[in-house]
Amino acid sequence: MNSIFAKRRNRLLAMKALRDNYIPGDRLTVCPKCGQEHQRGAVAKDLFVCPGCGYHFPLGAYHRLSMILDSGSFRELNEKLLAADPLSFPGYREKQRTAQRKTGLNEAAVTATGTIGGRRCVVGVMDSRFFMGSMSAAVGEKITLAIEYAAKNKLPLILFCASGGARMQEGILSLMQMAKTSAALARFSEKGLLYISVLTDPTTGGVTASFASLGDIILAEPGALIGFAGPRVIQQTIGETLPEGFQRAEYQEEHGFVDAVVPRSQLRETLSRLLRLHEKGGRS
Amino acid sequence: MKNLTAAERVAIARHPQRPNITDYIDGLFTDFFEMKGDRLCREDPAILGGVALYHDRPVTVIGTRKGKTAEESIRCNFGMPGPEGYRKALRLMRQAEKFRRPVFTFVDTSGAYPGLEAEARGQGEAIARNLYEMSRLTVPVITVITGEGNSGGALALAVADRVLMLENAVYAILSPEGFASILWKDAARHEEACGLMKLTAPDLLALGVTDDLIPEPEGGAHLAPARTIREVDRALSRHLAALLKESGPNLAAKRYLKFRKMGVSQSKEAAPPREEP
Repeated sequence: MNSIFAKRRNRLLAMKALRDNYIPGDRLTVCPKCGQEHQRGAVAKDLFVCPGCGYHFPLGAYHRLSMILDSGSFRELNEKLLAADPLSFPGYREKQRTAQRKTGLNEAAVTATGTIGGRRCVVGVMDSRFFMGSMSAAVGEKITLAIEYAAKNKLPLILFCASGGARMQEGILSLMQMAKTSAALARFSEKGLLYISVLTDPTTGGVTASFASLGDIILAEPGALIGFAGPRVIQQTIGETLPEGFQRAEYQEEHGFVDAVVPRSQLRETLSRLLRLHEKGGRS
Repeated sequence: MKNLTAAERVAIARHPQRPNITDYIDGLFTDFFEMKGDRLCREDPAILGGVALYHDRPVTVIGTRKGKTAEESIRCNFGMPGPEGYRKALRLMRQAEKFRRPVFTFVDTSGAYPGLEAEARGQGEAIARNLYEMSRLTVPVITVITGEGNSGGALALAVADRVLMLENAVYAILSPEGFASILWKDAARHEEACGLMKLTAPDLLALGVTDDLIPEPEGGAHLAPARTIREVDRALSRHLAALLKESGPNLAAKRYLKFRKMGVSQSKEAAPPREEP
């Protein structure tokens, strides 16, 4: 019985992940970093990392989940939560529908439970294709519900962050999601449970200034842009060009804000190891 | 007063002669002792904090500092704190917790400073940490938005039991100029942005983001600072008295629920049907 459901869930995730394979190009794809042309199939085989320069292409949320979770273990949480239009912002509804149609996603975050190396956990993944991964109230709610689910079931939590920041069309209510998610993490942490935050390209603005920076352990993908203010704004403020590598994952590691920069090929294994190291965690 | 547009309120909120943190400290508290530094690397004058007496009760006071003169403004970086400022604020709040005294924060900032050094020292982490820690303080926390409260830089001092707002203050995700520039790539459309952002005190009270509105004299607080400060005093006294009746754990639990409820989303069934590709 269980295995039939597991197979079905696996097929469902595989289908959604396939739709998420969105690196540009048909047979050939050009790496945006090194400019080299590669066979799309070769890039896909390398977990969407450029075989030439190691550039990590952005991943769709379901695609990411299919790479991280044990096959058949995926079970989505609060799939049907959508953004509302609390400020009646002109054109927002229409933009939501366009984003949904283009990405097949309901919102900029997907949350799920599953296992990694046989260990159960709650995983949230942000998707930068949907409104730049910006924080709507629905995103904040999904993340908070995932945190609360993990707290209730005493499970470790892993959040893959990717965000341009606030959802402008939701104004101040977007800002309040920072307080909401951070407060939920404080409660989660009091239970002695593990939270790993994985920063992927780009993690900026309100997400950086809330749950992205609050992990017990913070990992980052190579080259990911991580910061509060965006490079363009900083450049305007200080009126000079920014140093090479500024705000990249390696820079954040050097400045003490990231525990480890982990290439995508080692991410699953690293997460599995960290879950194993914290297995006895959790106050009862 | 009732007929001011959002853009007009933004202008009043930014008026250079509007009462600032120093005026509030002088007018509301006695025996203020300033405490400096984050104990990690430096002192950030963009945030002023310390301990003082409020109607004979020791309280912790923290506020963003905008100068009134050019020299003062430069010294306190135009009220835009760096991570050191937020970390100092957190240090003071932890002290308030230790000595069981209420925390008052005064917010008037165009936002956290978007500079290279601020990023290098973890502006995002500093703000995040404040949100996290403020959510679980077990002493009363009251925030007054006195001028502009923009972005995470304002919120980092505003995870409070009561968020009060002066009538012409504004509170928003970022400045209207920044908003217009992000959304329309045109900062010149800031007045249009003001109208859409729901950033005025009446708007925010209606949205449930703030808890009370403090009336200002006709034309704005800068025209009658003493009267404004008296109104702030009246509001602070009333809210503090109510909060002092609660136990510490109760305060934290209610504060959590207050922020937990913020934001509206909907389930797919309730949404308009989606077109399939």
